[in-house]
Formats: sequence, structure tokens, C-alpha cells
Amino acid sequence: MNFETVIGLEVHVELKTKSKVFSPAPNRYGDEPNTNTNVIDLAYPGTLPVLNKEAVEFAMKAAMALNCEIATVTRFDRKNYFYPDNPKAYQITQDDYPIGRNGWIEIELDGKKKKIRINRVHLEEDAGKSIHTDDGYSLVDFNRQGTPLIEIVSEADMRSPEEAYLYLEKLRSIIQFTGVSDVKMQEGSLRCDANISLRPIGQETFGTKVELKNLNSFNFVRKGLEYEQKRQEKILLSGGVIRQETRRYDEATGETILMRVKEEADDYRYFPEPDLGYLYIDEEWKERVRASIPELPDARRKRYVEELGLPEYDAKILTMTKEMSDFFEETITHGADPKQAANWLMGDISAYMNKYQKELRELPLTPESLASMIKLIDNGTLSSKMAKKVINELLEKGGDPERIVKERGWAQISDEATLLPIVIEVLDENEQSVIDYKNGKSRALGHLVGQVMKKTRGMANPPLVNKLIIQEIEKR
Amino acid sequence: MARITREDVERLADTARLYILEDEIEQMTEELNKITEYAQTLQKVDTTGVEPTTHVIELTNIMRDDIPEEGMDRDLLFKNAPDHEDGQFKVPSVLD
Repeated sequence: MNFETVIGLEVHVELKTKSKVFSPAPNRYGDEPNTNTNVIDLAYPGTLPVLNKEAVEFAMKAAMALNCEIATVTRFDRKNYFYPDNPKAYQITQDDYPIGRNGWIEIELDGKKKKIRINRVHLEEDAGKSIHTDDGYSLVDFNRQGTPLIEIVSEADMRSPEEAYLYLEKLRSIIQFTGVSDVKMQEGSLRCDANISLRPIGQETFGTKVELKNLNSFNFVRKGLEYEQKRQEKILLSGGVIRQETRRYDEATGETILMRVKEEADDYRYFPEPDLGYLYIDEEWKERVRASIPELPDARRKRYVEELGLPEYDAKILTMTKEMSDFFEETITHGADPKQAANWLMGDISAYMNKYQKELRELPLTPESLASMIKLIDNGTLSSKMAKKVINELLEKGGDPERIVKERGWAQISDEATLLPIVIEVLDENEQSVIDYKNGKSRALGHLVGQVMKKTRGMANPPLVNKLIIQEIEKR
Repeated sequence: MARITREDVERLADTARLYILEDEIEQMTEELNKITEYAQTLQKVDTTGVEPTTHVIELTNIMRDDIPEEGMDRDLLFKNAPDHEDGQFKVPSVLD
């Protein structure tokens, strides 16, 4: 029997407001534990939440960028559960009236476009972080408590782990372009849970789904889903049944491990949050927020192809992150040829970033210096071989390419007056090659160019040398 | 409406982390049934076209600007905590 895989993803994204969603405590990552909290975050009796307007607008922006309809009437609800990282014993979230509904994003697999629908986008608060000690205690840091969070729930539209990976990649890129979140999985500002089930091909109803947790990178999402796909298939083929359970991805073994079996649905006893009033979002407010959304990756990609003449592939790679795309645009604003700028960014620069695990903004290289280097190549000052040396220096130390080239003596000799005597000298010394060339042996030209390059220690401009040699031979 | 049973009370108490004594279960079942019976009386009122009341004060769109204030002194906050260690609240582990 053949099975079809059905995957849905729940993605949590932390919004980078300056303060928390219901309290004025700072929303900052990486600080000393419990230094960014206050009595509201810690649920002291008598404290009340007040909604952060920026968090609402960030959530609207994200929902809009994900093609959602924005609610006109929205409200908050309490989700009740007991856990040490949740001091109120409830989370303020949105149940019946989420900010966004019915969105979608488009992914591309093997050249085919597919829409993945988004069921809802809602605003809620993050919980604190707890570490479990060996002696039966938990240490809790509430800095994260109250960080504004949006939950993005997809429909079960993905049919393979690869599609799930592409959906996440696209989602991250879109949210990153809106500027409402850093969307960094390694810092927890983007987190993902996956639901996966199998059903015989042709069957309408979904199979029993398993929830996957602890998916700490996009790769682990893909690997965890691949493992789970095989595990479930094996059970089904041997006549077994899938239990509804939560499983954890184990990074060391690449397997999924049972966390708990869900015998009945969790009872969170949702009810309307009495401490926060209804929120009405009128058309004017929606339009104002909509107007503040910058150009999104798909639009940029289209523009790169249609207006800048870049290949589809380049346009896709450059628009994966906002950082890369912005860097590229600034480089061409400084006068660089778009295709060359794309080549350097996707080639040597990306390779360097991968090798040293660095991000673009951590590099001393600037769009100005890259543009200036590309211009030196264009005007013949820099050979492509020497440009490799220049880019390395720019990546390591930065600086002005023109000065680097001058100081190191890396400039190509593109001056006819300097090259001509050398060309004449080489022709005089290689009479046989000149005769060969005249007799139609084009290979002789290569030899002559090589001799000039040798005499100039490789610094001569090859096309110019070529031109001068032909010109001088014709005179003989 | 179905009557509340002893099992319902036990499950509710467990979900709400309420520790009730064995002889209290019977009493609570009784009382909760009286409350729902009273609610049944209210159910007879015709509420067609009336929106559910979720808030008694009709304040809407109450928001603040995104201006952060420094966090509170954590040593002060720890004074109300049962225990703390390395700048963190220390509590018995609850493993999910």
C-alpha cells in the first residue's frame, strides 16, 4: 500500500517590540536572568495588563504579509494551564477572534508553484524559560515572559518534509522582510511544531496525527518529519495503528522519541480575558499598517528578474534574506553591475560567510567597497584573478579597493603605452610564432599572449594584450 | 442538562489543581448541581439577538505606546519567591 504524507505546521514568532506585550518591561534577548521583568510579568496580585499598540501593529503587518484577512473585531482569551514558566497559570492569547485568518504563502518545488494555506495568525504572550537541574528542581528565568508572540497555524496542506522545509523558509523570509521579528531559530525567535499523519493514497479522511516538538532548526524539521514518515509507514504496513502522541526529535540520533500519549484533548478552559477590552480594527488603521509594509521577497525577486535582468535563480537566492537583498541593492545603488554584484554575493562572499559562520553585517565589507571593486574590474584595472585577492582582503579587513590595489601593486596593466614595447619585444623574440599565426595557426597567439603575461608577472590586461599583438602582427 | 457527576468533580478538581477531601466531593457535586440548576432557570430568558456579555465595562482599544521601562530589581522580586539560585527562581521540577 502507498501512503500520502500530510503535514501541518505551527510556527511561533517573537515580535521585536521594545517592550513586552502587556507590560512595559524591556523585550530584550540575552540579558541576565530575571532583569527584564516586573510585577505584571510575574503576576503579582492586583496588576493588570495593558496592550502594547506596536505589538498589535506588528501582528497585523505579519498577518497581512501572509495574505491574511485582518479581523475588524478581535479579542483576547485566557488559556489556562499550570506550569512553572507561566506565573499567572494562564496565557493571554486569542482563541475565537484571531487578528488574521485565511492567509496563504506560495512555495516552489521542482519549478511548480503551490499555495500553502494559513488558517490563522494570532497574538499572544510568550512564557518564561526553565532549566531542569539534576536534583529535581527547575530554575526559571522570566525575561521572556510576556514577549509578544504570533502563532501562525498552517492548514494541513504540505505533502512532504521538503514542502514543510520550503514553507518554513518562505515564511521566515516574508516575516524577516516585514521587519517585525529577527526570526532566528537559534535564539528562539522562530519556533516550529509539526503535525504529521499518513493516509492511503486516495483516502479523503486524515490519518491519526503525531505532534513533533524540539525541532530546533529547519533541517531538524525536515529530518524529524522524514524519520516520522518512515516510522508511521512501517507501523501501518505491519497492520498497526498510529497513536495520537507527542514526540520529541532527538538531534543526536536523528530519531523521534515519545514524550506523551494524548488520551484526551488538553482542556485549557478558554474564556474571554476580562482584563482586556475588545479591540476594533477599522479600515483606516488597516490601511495605515498595510502602507508601512516594505516590498516583500516575491516582489523583489520579480523586480530583479524583470528590471535588472538577473536569472531567476540569482533573484531567488538574493531575496532569501533581507540582509542579502538590501546589501545587493545598496551595491548596485553605488554603481555596480547587478549581475556581477550578484555573482560576488552568491559566490566568494557567501562561501566566506558559511566558512566562518558570519552574517553579512558582521563583515567589514560594505556595499560601497564591493561596488568600487566591481567598477575596478569593469574598467580593466583589476583582473578577475586579482579581484579574488581584493575580495578576501575586503572580507577580512575591509578598506578601499582602489587603495588596496594601488598599495599592493595589484592593478592590471591596461595602459597601451606601457604594454606596447613589451608586445613588440615578445614578437621580436618569437618570430616563428608570428609566422605560424600568419599561416592561420591561431594557437600561436596564445603562446605570444603567455609570453607577455610572463614578462609582466601576470599583471597585463589579457584582452588588451590580445588586441595589441594582433594589431602589431598585422603591421609586419 | 446532564447532571454533574462525582467523576466530573474529580476531573475538574484535578484540572484546576484543587485538592479536595474525599467527603467534600459529595458535597461539591451537590452544590455544583444546584448552581447549574439555577443557571437553567436563567436559560429560560429569551436572549435572541443579544450578544454574549464578556465585559461589563465597555472600554475598547485601550493600548499603550511601546515605551520600555527598566525591569525591577530582581533581588526585591526574589523576596516573595520560595527560593532562588543564580538569579533564577527555584521551584520543584514539573516535567511535562
